[in-house]
Amino acid sequence: MAVVDVNNLVKKYGPIEAVNGISFSINRGEIFGLIGPNGAGKTTTLRVLSTLLKITSGSIKIMEFDLQKEPDEVRKIISYLPEDAGAYKNLSGRKYLEFIANFFQQKNPQQMVSRGIEIANLGERIDDKVDTYSKGMMRKLLVGRAIMTEPKLAILDEPTSGLDVNNAQEIRRLVKSTARAGTTVLLSSHNMLEVEFMCDRIALISNGKIVEEGTPSNLMQKYNAKNIEEVFTQVVK
Amino acid sequence: MSALGNILKKEARELMTPTTFIPIILIAIMFGTLGNAFGNIEEEMQEKPVIGIINSDEGNLSFITTSIIQNYSDVVFKSNNISEKEKGLEELKDKEGVALLIIPSDFSERILNNIPSEIEINWIMKGAGILDSISSSVVENLVYIINRNLSIELISTNATVNATIALNPTYRNDTTYFKGRELKGVSPGDITNILSSQSTLIPIVMMMVIIMAGSTVISSMALEKENKTLETLLTLPVNRISIVAGKIIASAIIGLILAVIYMIGYSNFLGSFEISGQINIIDLGLYLSPSDFLLLGLSVFVTLIAALSFCMLLGTMAKNYKSAQTLTFPVTLLALIPMFITMFKDFDTLPIALKALLFGIPFSHPMMAPRALLFDDYLLVISGIIYVAIFAIIMIILAVWVFKTDRLLTGSVRRKKKGRSLFKLK
Repeated sequence: MAVVDVNNLVKKYGPIEAVNGISFSINRGEIFGLIGPNGAGKTTTLRVLSTLLKITSGSIKIMEFDLQKEPDEVRKIISYLPEDAGAYKNLSGRKYLEFIANFFQQKNPQQMVSRGIEIANLGERIDDKVDTYSKGMMRKLLVGRAIMTEPKLAILDEPTSGLDVNNAQEIRRLVKSTARAGTTVLLSSHNMLEVEFMCDRIALISNGKIVEEGTPSNLMQKYNAKNIEEVFTQVVK
Repeated sequence: MSALGNILKKEARELMTPTTFIPIILIAIMFGTLGNAFGNIEEEMQEKPVIGIINSDEGNLSFITTSIIQNYSDVVFKSNNISEKEKGLEELKDKEGVALLIIPSDFSERILNNIPSEIEINWIMKGAGILDSISSSVVENLVYIINRNLSIELISTNATVNATIALNPTYRNDTTYFKGRELKGVSPGDITNILSSQSTLIPIVMMMVIIMAGSTVISSMALEKENKTLETLLTLPVNRISIVAGKIIASAIIGLILAVIYMIGYSNFLGSFEISGQINIIDLGLYLSPSDFLLLGLSVFVTLIAALSFCMLLGTMAKNYKSAQTLTFPVTLLALIPMFITMFKDFDTLPIALKALLFGIPFSHPMMAPRALLFDDYLLVISGIIYVAIFAIIMIILAVWVFKTDRLLTGSVRRKKKGRSLFKLK
């Protein structure tokens, strides 16, 4: 069963067409990657899917919910991690996770918070103020926040952007284990090697259009390429 | 260009923005407009007061008194019959008069018999603002001149009176008619003094609360954007109304705490408002009943909600903390204008245009409410509460609408001429 079904999605900002009629679907437990250069329409697509932006035309279904008609229901089953997200600086990491968990589990949020703390893996620093965190620590906290709710769909925009190798690897490992546990993941990245390593299927997006879609191995075979970067170069040539 | 010149040019270009100049220009315009609206105080001080006289005495001293009054004022009602007092008061009210002076039949005789004589002053008070009492102070000065001239007359004619009477031959007996009430034993100056704590304290407290709580809301929205927490918040399972309401209520609570702190700080000052010198405001009926306090509280509450809803709407336009500082300016201006107007003028004595402006600014109403309630002007207070509540509802609906659109996260799309467009993302 498809968890995400995007059909002919168009998103315009005034006269600018950021997304131009894209369609794709993602199955349960799948990691689906949207890859493309800056300004290709990746973030806009993710923002539309996470109910932040209105659809200009087309339709999106997440599980059984129509995103346009039932955005409140969609918000209960998704989790969105923006590329440059932050957290409330006057809160500690733990308090931030508690704040978020209260929206999902009003009666007993502690179990969710414990899961978030475990995923973030910040040790004793979880009780320090977010203001004192490094970029890597902040990202780990936010990944913990995004995954602790056990969403049906996790939407991750450039999840490892700006991180060092160790932190990036840790987050990739977390994302993969989350998908194995049944969460469907939609992520965007301009790091094509990362996507090749993580994703079950990918869609190459350029100028608001999906120009190619498939599993990394199939695409590399189709274009006789050594990696996805070469595939992309050939596709957009 | 030299390095210094280069830096100067860059700094000047950064500082010379509309956000730097517009607030100052608007404040200058505001003060200029208010100054013109209030009129020229100096001219008003020099203007002859419009008064009426009833002189029942035929003695020389009353003749001197009426002569001085006629020289220094514009007498629109004259009579020698004390029973025409009501008629005189009506005529003065019609002709925008300030006071009806009554000289009793034994005026001269009492003074010459070493007994101070009464000048009965029936004041027609129009407003309790600081500037409203100018014309009455001109009349008070006139009474001083009368006293002094009578002293000169008594001394120069070697009248057989003692020194005390020679120096103070008359005394005043004041009665003030204000907003349908007859207030015996007090002059407009006394009433203005009694109400001055309200005239200054309440508008200042309201202004401070609106600005502080308002800037909290605007900053809160700006910080959500600057710290990149807004996107996450908007994707959580919480409806937009709850987000808007949560921010407004939290800021309202902070605002009310601030108001309480201010009120405690001024408690002694408020205490002095209860009894002002020898004048007991309870005797004059100048106190608020429990139902008046309820209406005042309601006025403050709806205004705070209206202010915060307005600020929430402004906050959605804030790109970052710095731009939030600029966005607090309209709120500050809308709090300052009614504060100044209500401090200096009574609503009833304002020109129509200023009345409309004052009523239109939602923050004015709790500033005007205490005085209006003291004089039973419930129409102004209740209509104000209804107006501000409607304003607040409209602002909340607009804020929720903005939260439901893309506008909160994306910038505006401006079309350039010749079909070119400029897209701005925040």
